[in-house]
Amino acid sequence: MTNVNYFKDQFEQLQDSGPATAIAELRTDGFNTFNKSGLPTYKLEEWKYTNISSLFDKEYQFANTAPAIQLSDIDAIRLAGHEQANELVFVNGRFIPALSTIRSTASQLVILALEEAAKGKYEQLVKAHLGQSSEYLKDGIHALNTSFIQDGLFLLVPKGQQLTEPVYIYHISDARQQNTLSQPRSLIFVEENAKLQLTETYTTLGTSESFTNEVLEVVVKENAFVEYYKIQHDGLNASQVGSTHIHQIGRSHVHTVVVSLNGGVIRNNLNLVLDAAGNETHLYGLYLLKGKSHVDNHTLVDNKQPNCFSNQLYKGIAGDASTGVFSGRIIVQPDAQKTNAYQSNKNIILSDQATINTKPQLEIFADDVKCSHGCTVGQLDEEALFYLRARGIPKEAAEVLLLEAYAADILVQIKPEPLRNHVAELIYEHLSIS
Amino acid sequence: MLSIKNIHANIEGKEILKGINLEIKAGEVHAIMGPNGSGKSTLASVLAGREEYEVTEGEVTFLEKDLLELSTEDRAREGLFLAFQYPVEIPGVSTTNFIKAAVNEKRKYQGEELLDAVAFLKMMKQKMALVEIDQSLLSRSINEGFSGGEKKRNEVFQMAMLEPKLAILDETDSGLDIDALRIVANGINKLRNENRAILLITHYQRLLDYIQPDFVHVLYNGKIVKSGTKELALELEDKGYDFITDEADLAASL
Amino acid sequence: MNEDLNMLEQTALNEYKYGFVTDIDTDIIPKGLNEDVVTLISKKKNEPEWMLNWRLKAYAHWLKLEEPKWPNVKYPPINYQDIIYYAAPKKKEQLNSLDEVDPELLRTFEKLGISLNEQKRLTGVAVDVVMDSVSIATSFKEQLSEIGVIFCSISEAIQKHPDLVKKHLGSVVPMTDNYFAALNSAVFTDGSFCYIPKGVRCPMELSTYFRINAENSGQFERTLIIAEEESYVSYLEGCTAPMRDENQLHAAVVELVAMKKAEIKYSTVQNWYPGDKDGNGGIYNFVTKRGMCQGEHSKISWTQVETGSAITWKYPSVILKGDYSIGEFYSVAFTNHHQQADTGTKMIHLGKNTRSRIVSKGISAGQSQNSYRGLVRAAKGATNARNYSQCDSLLLGDKCGAHTFPYIEVKNKTAIVEHEATTSKIGEDQLFYCRQRGIDAETAVALIVNGFAKEVMNQLPMEFAIEAQKLLAISMEGSVG
Repeated sequence: MTNVNYFKDQFEQLQDSGPATAIAELRTDGFNTFNKSGLPTYKLEEWKYTNISSLFDKEYQFANTAPAIQLSDIDAIRLAGHEQANELVFVNGRFIPALSTIRSTASQLVILALEEAAKGKYEQLVKAHLGQSSEYLKDGIHALNTSFIQDGLFLLVPKGQQLTEPVYIYHISDARQQNTLSQPRSLIFVEENAKLQLTETYTTLGTSESFTNEVLEVVVKENAFVEYYKIQHDGLNASQVGSTHIHQIGRSHVHTVVVSLNGGVIRNNLNLVLDAAGNETHLYGLYLLKGKSHVDNHTLVDNKQPNCFSNQLYKGIAGDASTGVFSGRIIVQPDAQKTNAYQSNKNIILSDQATINTKPQLEIFADDVKCSHGCTVGQLDEEALFYLRARGIPKEAAEVLLLEAYAADILVQIKPEPLRNHVAELIYEHLSIS
Repeated sequence: MLSIKNIHANIEGKEILKGINLEIKAGEVHAIMGPNGSGKSTLASVLAGREEYEVTEGEVTFLEKDLLELSTEDRAREGLFLAFQYPVEIPGVSTTNFIKAAVNEKRKYQGEELLDAVAFLKMMKQKMALVEIDQSLLSRSINEGFSGGEKKRNEVFQMAMLEPKLAILDETDSGLDIDALRIVANGINKLRNENRAILLITHYQRLLDYIQPDFVHVLYNGKIVKSGTKELALELEDKGYDFITDEADLAASL
Repeated sequence: MNEDLNMLEQTALNEYKYGFVTDIDTDIIPKGLNEDVVTLISKKKNEPEWMLNWRLKAYAHWLKLEEPKWPNVKYPPINYQDIIYYAAPKKKEQLNSLDEVDPELLRTFEKLGISLNEQKRLTGVAVDVVMDSVSIATSFKEQLSEIGVIFCSISEAIQKHPDLVKKHLGSVVPMTDNYFAALNSAVFTDGSFCYIPKGVRCPMELSTYFRINAENSGQFERTLIIAEEESYVSYLEGCTAPMRDENQLHAAVVELVAMKKAEIKYSTVQNWYPGDKDGNGGIYNFVTKRGMCQGEHSKISWTQVETGSAITWKYPSVILKGDYSIGEFYSVAFTNHHQQADTGTKMIHLGKNTRSRIVSKGISAGQSQNSYRGLVRAAKGATNARNYSQCDSLLLGDKCGAHTFPYIEVKNKTAIVEHEATTSKIGEDQLFYCRQRGIDAETAVALIVNGFAKEVMNQLPMEFAIEAQKLLAISMEGSVG
C-alpha cells in the first residue's frame, strides 16, 4: 500500500532538489493539507459515493526515471484533427516539450514549463492564480497534486488571439513496468478577446494500474471564449481524479463537454467560478458505463456576480456492474442577483447490478433568481424498442440505436467536427461491443 | 374625469413618453392607436402605477385627485382598472377568491359594506352572463393554463365585477380570433355607460369595428401627434401609420 | 418592489401568540443526564423492568455517538447536562375525569384553542394532550375503545398493552438509529399511542397536542401508531411553546407501522416558538419520524406545515417494504427572521411496485435559511419502483437562502425516479397584477404564498387546513410588505 511515508519521502526529495520558489511554497501548503486530511473517504459528503482511498491499497510509484516513449508512440493515440492542432504531451504527469508539437506561432500561443513561467515575465500571473482552486477543493487528493507540482504546463492565449488551431493534451501513463501515479498540473490563461479550444485525453500503456490525479486551472478574461473537451476512454486499469477549475474573471463564454466511456474509477471535478457580471457557461457531460467502471462527475457552478447564465446537462447510461454518480452544485451568492441557472441530469440504468446515484443541489442566497434542477433515472423507452423490433431490427442493434440517440444531445455539443466524428465513432464502438 | 398634462416618463433612463396631453370625460370612449414602440403600453402602465416607470414631468388628475400620488392599489380602489395585455398567471390562487378579495378591498376603501359569500356569488352569476364566461374557468387558478381568449375574457369579467370609473384596455384585441374578439367586444360594450370612461389601446383598427370610440388619438414616438373622431381610425386602416408618422417626423426635423 | 422590500423590513415583528407561560405546580427533576436520571424517569412512570433496561441500553449507546454535523444548520453546542429531562404538571393521583384536571391547565388549552371540555370539543376529533413530559388528558377514549381502537398516552400503553409496545417500539426507528433517536429512547417521557385493529376505519381524526411549558426542560416524546391489516387512521399533531430567551430542545421519535392494505395519514402543524426577530431563543426541533409500510398495498402519508422552531431538523420517512406500498410526503416549510430549517424525507423502496411521491414547498423570508434534503432509494429488489419529487422554493427578501439537496440512489433497472426543483421569487408582475385590482402588497404576497403552498394544504384535514392557512399568514406578517 502506498502510504503517507512514501509521499513524505518523495515530497522531501522534491523540495530538497530545488530552490525555495513560490511553487515550492505552494507545494509545502499542499503537503500540509494532505498530511492533515489524508485521502478522502466516503465519510466526507463530497466523497459519499466514490471510494478513492481503497485504490491506494495498491502500491503506486512516481516514475522518476525518464520514460521510454518515442514520438512514434504518440501516433497511436492522436485525436482526429491533430494535423491542425497543437499537440501537448504529458508522460506520467509531466509535460514533455520534446514530444509536443506546437503549430501556432509564438505570438498566437505561449507555451512554457510552469516552473519557467513562474520565474520570468509571467511570474505575477502565476503567483496570483496558481493554486486558487484549493479554495474550492480542500480535500487531501487535490492537495496531493499541489504537493508535487513539477514539470507542469503554462499555456497562455494572448489578448485578441482567436486561436484557430485547437490544443490537444495527451496524457500518457506508462504502466508497463509498475503501478504508476501521475499528477499533471496545468495553468491556462485565455486573455481578453481570445479564443481557445482545448481537449484532453488519457492513455495508459501496459497492464499494471495507473492512477492520474490531475489539476487544471483555467483563467478566462473579458470577452474570451473557451471550449473545453475531456475524452476519457482508457483501460479498466486506469483510474483518475481529474479536477478542472475554470475561473471566469471577465465577462466571458465557457463551453465544456466531458465524455467518459471507459476506465476504472473516475472522478471528475469541474468547477466553474462565475466571477464577473454577465458570464455565460454551458456544461455538458456523457457517461456510458460498462463492466465495473465507476464514473463520478462533480460539478460546481459558483455564481458570484449578477446576471450570469449557466446551463448544465449531464446524461448517463449504466450497464453491467457499473456505477454512475452525478453531483451538481449550483451556488448563488448574495450579490449574484438575476442569476439564471439550470441543471439537468438524466440517467438510464440497464442492469440490476448497475447503480446510479445522483445529487443535484441548489444553494441560493439571492432572491431575484431563476434556478431549477431536475434529474431522472429510468430505462430505455420500451415502446420505441418495440417499434424498432417490429420493423425487423434485432434487439441489440435497436438498443444501440436508441442509446446512440440518447447520447446525441451531448455529442452535438462537441463543436469541432473532426473531434465530434471521432467521439461518435468511439461511442458507436463502445456501445456495440457487449 | 381623467386629465393628463404634459406627461414625460422614463424607463431605465430612456424617455418613452415625451409630453402627453389628454382629457377624458365620463361616458366617453377614447382610442389610442399607434405603431409598435410608440409608448402606448407605457402610458397604460404609468397610469396604473407600475414602478419601473419614472414620471419626470407633468401631472395626472383622476376624479379631482393627484393620481401620481396614489399607490397602485389605491388607484384601483378609486376606480381605475387596467385590462392587461399579458395577464399574469398566479398558480394556486383561485380566480373566484382573487376577485372576491379585490371587490371587498375596494368596498372597504370606499366605506361600503363587505359582500358575504352569498351576495358575492349572486353578483358573480349576473356578471358572468354579461361576458359569457364559464363557471369552471373561475374555479381554476388565475389565468393558469388559460387560452389567450380565456385570459382576455377573464380581464373583462374582472372589469365587470369591479365596476371601474375608468377602464384602460391594453391591446385587449391582440391574439384573439374573430369569434373571441366579438365576445370580448360585446362584453365591453355592455359595460359602456354614461358614468364610465373607457380608454382603448390598440394597434389595429378592427377592435374599433366592434367598439365605436368617440375620439381617436395617434401616439407616435411618445407624443400624441394627431387626434380626431372614429374616421381617423378608418383613415389609418386605409393608409397605414406612415402617412401620419412621416408628417410627424418631418415636423420634428424642422 | 424596492419600496415593498423596505416595508417588508420595517414592519414590526408579529408577536408569537402562543408565547405565554402557564403558572402551574410542576414536578421537576434536577438538570442533567446520567444512568440515575434515566432510572428515575422510568421509576416516576412506574415502568416495568424491560422498559427500564431498554432505556439504559439506549443511553449506553447514545454515549458512544456524536452529534451529527451534516445538516445545513448552525447552532452553538448543546449542553446536555443543562437540560431538565422530566417536568410534569403535578397531580395527586390518576385522573378519573376531566373535572379533576387542574383548571389552570384547562385554561391553558382553551387559550391555545384546544378545548378539553367534552361539550366544546371539535366534533370528530379525539385529542391527547401532552404538556412538558406527560400526557394530560385523552378524549373520546371510550367511544374509540368500543370499536377496538386504542388511543392513549404511551405511558399508559406501556402499563396496559405491554405486548403491543414491546413488539413495535423501536421496530421502525431502532434506539441505535441516530444521536437524537438514541437520546429519546433513553429519556422519552410521554407521547401518544394508537392501535387500530384489523379492518377498522377509525371514525374520527386522532390528534395529539404538544406543549412545552417548563423552563430549561427538554421535550422528548415518543409516538407509536400501529395500523393492522385493512385499517385506516388519520392522525394530527400540533405543537406550541412559551417564548423564552434560551433555546429548548425537542427531540421526538414517531414510529408508524402499516400492515397489509392499511393506511396511515399523519399530519403535523408545527408551531414551536421560533425565537424572536433577532434569533434569540426558540425550540431546537430535532425529530426522527419514520413509517414502515410493512404489508403489501399499505400506504403512509406524511403532511407537514412547518412554521415554528428556531431550528428544524427532520425527515419524515417511509420504508416501502410491502409490495405495492405507497409513501407520500407533502411539506410546507416557512422560515422567517433567523430560523433555520433542514427538512425533507426519505423514501426507501424495498418492495416491488412501490410508489412514492414528494411535494415540498419551501418559503424563506428575513434572514432565514431553508433547506430541502431528501433521499430516494430504489434497492435491488424494488422492481418497478416509481418516485416523483417536486421541490419548489420561494424567496421573500434578499437576505434569506433556499437550498435543495436531493439524493437519489437507484440499483434496479426497472425503477423510475424523477426529481424536479425550482427556486424563484414572487414575480413583480404577479404583485403588480394584484395591486392593480386593489389588493395591497401584503395581502397579495399572502395570496400568492398560499397559492404556492396549496397542493400541500389540500392534503390536510379540513379543520387543520384552515388553521394552517391562518398560521402561515400570521408567520408571514412582518416578513412581507
